[in-house]
Amino acid sequence: MSVPAELKYTAEHEWVSIEDEKATIGITDFAAQALGDVVYVSLPTVGTTVAAGDACGEVESYKSVNELYSPVSGEVTEVNEELNDDPALINAEPYALGWIFKVRLAAAEQDPAGLLSAAEYEALTAAAN
Amino acid sequence: MNATLRDTPLRAVHERLGATMTDFAGWLMPLRYAGETAEHDAVRTSAALFDLSHMGEIAVTGPDAGAALDYAVCGWPSGLPVGGARYTMLCAPDGGIIDDLIVYRQADERFLVVANAVNTAVVLGELRQRSASFSAAVVADETLSTGLISIQGPDGARRLSAVTDLPVADMRYYTGSYGSVADCPAWVARTGYTGEDGFEIFCAAADCERIWAALAVDGLPAAGLAARDTLRLEAGMPLYGNELGLAVTPYEAGLGRVVRLDKPGDFVGRAALAARAAAGPQRVLVGLVVQSRRVPRHGYPVLSGTVVVGEVTSGGPSPSLGAPIAMAYVAADAAAGPFSIDVRGRAEPASVTELPFYDRRKRR
Repeated sequence: MSVPAELKYTAEHEWVSIEDEKATIGITDFAAQALGDVVYVSLPTVGTTVAAGDACGEVESYKSVNELYSPVSGEVTEVNEELNDDPALINAEPYALGWIFKVRLAAAEQDPAGLLSAAEYEALTAAAN
Repeated sequence: MNATLRDTPLRAVHERLGATMTDFAGWLMPLRYAGETAEHDAVRTSAALFDLSHMGEIAVTGPDAGAALDYAVCGWPSGLPVGGARYTMLCAPDGGIIDDLIVYRQADERFLVVANAVNTAVVLGELRQRSASFSAAVVADETLSTGLISIQGPDGARRLSAVTDLPVADMRYYTGSYGSVADCPAWVARTGYTGEDGFEIFCAAADCERIWAALAVDGLPAAGLAARDTLRLEAGMPLYGNELGLAVTPYEAGLGRVVRLDKPGDFVGRAALAARAAAGPQRVLVGLVVQSRRVPRHGYPVLSGTVVVGEVTSGGPSPSLGAPIAMAYVAADAAAGPFSIDVRGRAEPASVTELPFYDRRKRR
């Protein structure tokens, strides 16, 4: 299971990469492996405003459906349309081609609180096993 | 991990393959290996191996074995020729389904009854009780001493031929025969639960690893319970606990043909089933194809307009159709549709289709 050191994480198994004021969000390798093949992603809508902790989409696998939560607050600027054709990109490359959406961080949220480091996230998933 | 979970004889094989394991009916079973879609597609286009050692195997033997089974189940096992197989059901006195079964006639006085893992103990108890008045019938649970490996897919016959002395390519569907597989004694049947050609190999638990290893060559993949579920759903095959249960008779499930009211003698449930056959079902099982990509799942309401007229019994993605599919019970007077399915608060239009969703004889 891969947990890249440079990313931030949530207890709901999202990863966040923050560059300047823009956050890229996906679900972790741990989550993708637990779900099995992803068959459909209900993507957030570009232009909507999300608050950290909001449900903003769904990730469906063969056996389950899971809510997708935004780990940060801001405006959705882009979604990964490739997932409409090939949702299993989330299984193949959860941290690269399997990204899900991007958020322009709200002014007061440039340094989002409550996110986990890679080490903290690894400890959390180890406890779950 | 639940300490009371049973391992199949192939536990170590699944671990070596990196399977994701799950608790299924008290057994630790492989849910998936590489991924559901690849496993599903392998069965549809080539072949894959399944470990089904959790299934219940109950032998009914003796001069009265056929008569005892004729009384216990709604089918007509004594009418089977040696080597024949039949899908049948064990019904309660009120006609409700206790379990669906495959019965093989392995010898003149030996029948093998295959039960769902979740129901093995119940089926065993019912068969013992229902055969008590037949002095020359013996019911024996062989589940733990028996392994069950299935090879399913169009390439299964060719692959199995390479490791058995049986002329499996010439076997008829729903027949079985004793022979050897990888030099181990086995009962091999051309049966399955995938809607594809395939074989089921019943063997000694101790021989499972050897037989599996002989078959798992030249890239033959393993498939888990998740793929088994989408395969049987596409094939329109019912699952106990979903389409079948105590509150359902074979007629609602569209399986009235398994009830042999024409067989001689009484059987458990006869009077109730005859009344049901005459009355016609109040609800019917339909196949639905969803027009969006959101997946309907077990228990979701089926709507006609804004009125709830039924409930999804099984739903999932269909790799072969490329759309989500579902089986659902709907009120008989609403069965013409149009329908939508309430997928977590949003009504998704769904079109009725004739079951099965996938028929290998009509493949495009």
